[in-house]
Amino acid sequence: MAKMKGAVVVDVERCKGCELCIVNCPQGVLANLKSQVNAKGYPYVYMKNPDDCTGCTNCAVVCPDGVLTVYRIKV
Amino acid sequence: MDVKDIIKPENLVYERTKNLTDKALSYCPGCGHGVVHRLTMEVLEELQITQDTIGVASVGCSVLAYEFMNIDMTQAPHGRATAAATGIKRCWPDKYVFTYQGDGDLAAIGTAETIHSCNRGENFTVIFINNGIYGMTGGQMAPTTLPGMKSSTTPYGREVELMGNPIKMTELVAQLPGTYYVTRQSVHTPANVRKAKKAIRIAFENQKLNKGLSFVEIVSNCNSGWKMTPVDSNIWMEENMFPFYPLGDIKVNGELVTK
Ligand SMILES: Cc1ncc(C[n+]2csc(CCOP(=O)(O)OP(=O)(O)O)c2C)c(N)n1
Ligand code: SF4
Ligand code: SF4
Ligand code: SF4
Repeated sequence: MAKMKGAVVVDVERCKGCELCIVNCPQGVLANLKSQVNAKGYPYVYMKNPDDCTGCTNCAVVCPDGVLTVYRIKV
Repeated sequence: MDVKDIIKPENLVYERTKNLTDKALSYCPGCGHGVVHRLTMEVLEELQITQDTIGVASVGCSVLAYEFMNIDMTQAPHGRATAAATGIKRCWPDKYVFTYQGDGDLAAIGTAETIHSCNRGENFTVIFINNGIYGMTGGQMAPTTLPGMKSSTTPYGREVELMGNPIKMTELVAQLPGTYYVTRQSVHTPANVRKAKKAIRIAFENQKLNKGLSFVEIVSNCNSGWKMTPVDSNIWMEENMFPFYPLGDIKVNGELVTK
């Protein structure tokens, strides 16, 4: 069966570090490096486990700030 | 495989709709307002009615909605959004018209306008964000505040004997003959966001039928006002708001849904 592989691009300056994407990612891909903040002072998210992303878009769908762009391919 | 091989235009599956302006939203981190703004703008884009839609912002945290939604909009005095929308829609019946209101706006100061617009069956869409509190002004008790719920003006919890009962506006307007579609949704999980988007889409499509008002309540968090993290506020909402404000359709095609 074809497997889906995904990737997420974080618009870092838009992210407010609310973590709703993190808890709604079924694959545990996203995390928040609390030590890194954007110009507004928010700690932003990043793909901690990029290999596990399926491109399901759940993270982008729950993000209130339109931070995430999702890409997906069949492998 | 490297993410660079995946991040290519032909593999794009989700991006922020162009119907939102580039401005950063003024909402607190994790606030449901942002999701509902985006869904509304996505629906207009998908129905290809962006150019033919006029929005009416209200007073509350979403007072600046016209800064974020890249469409024709106006902003009504507190509580009067449905009165303003009535005027716009009656002057311009071919346009799609919607209001975007909080519970303080729609269910307190605007109760008369809300009920009479619903009862008259005005042919527009109401998007009602119920976070059980006055967010913008500092988390005071709203008519929608749950029994026992803490707010800045009910620090020991809403006492029904003293402060009265919360009001379920959505069930109330469903009883009025002028409403055609009445539903309650939420936007705290991917599945709920997708359902809420379908509801908003129906609420706009209904305007073509000219059969009355479509009313979409979104039960949403006000994590700042509730004094919780965004993640905790959504859990609290599931445990406390949904039992009192159950999700689902209340009236479809002008008929009350029998459960
Ligand atoms: C005529 C008038 N009365 C009172 C206010 C103060 N006021 C501003 S926003 C607000 C309540 C907003 O609460 P809600 O509609 O629930 O929206 P939220 O901020 O929670 O999204 C009030 C009472 C006002 N701006 N105008
Ligand atoms: S949901 Fe959006 S704003 Fe919140 S942490 Fe994730 S990317 Fe950032
Ligand atoms: S697209 Fe799906 S799997 Fe990938 S980060 Fe987002 S929620 Fe997780
Ligand atoms: S105060 Fe509440 S409703 Fe207003 S933006 Fe913040 S979380 Fe949202």
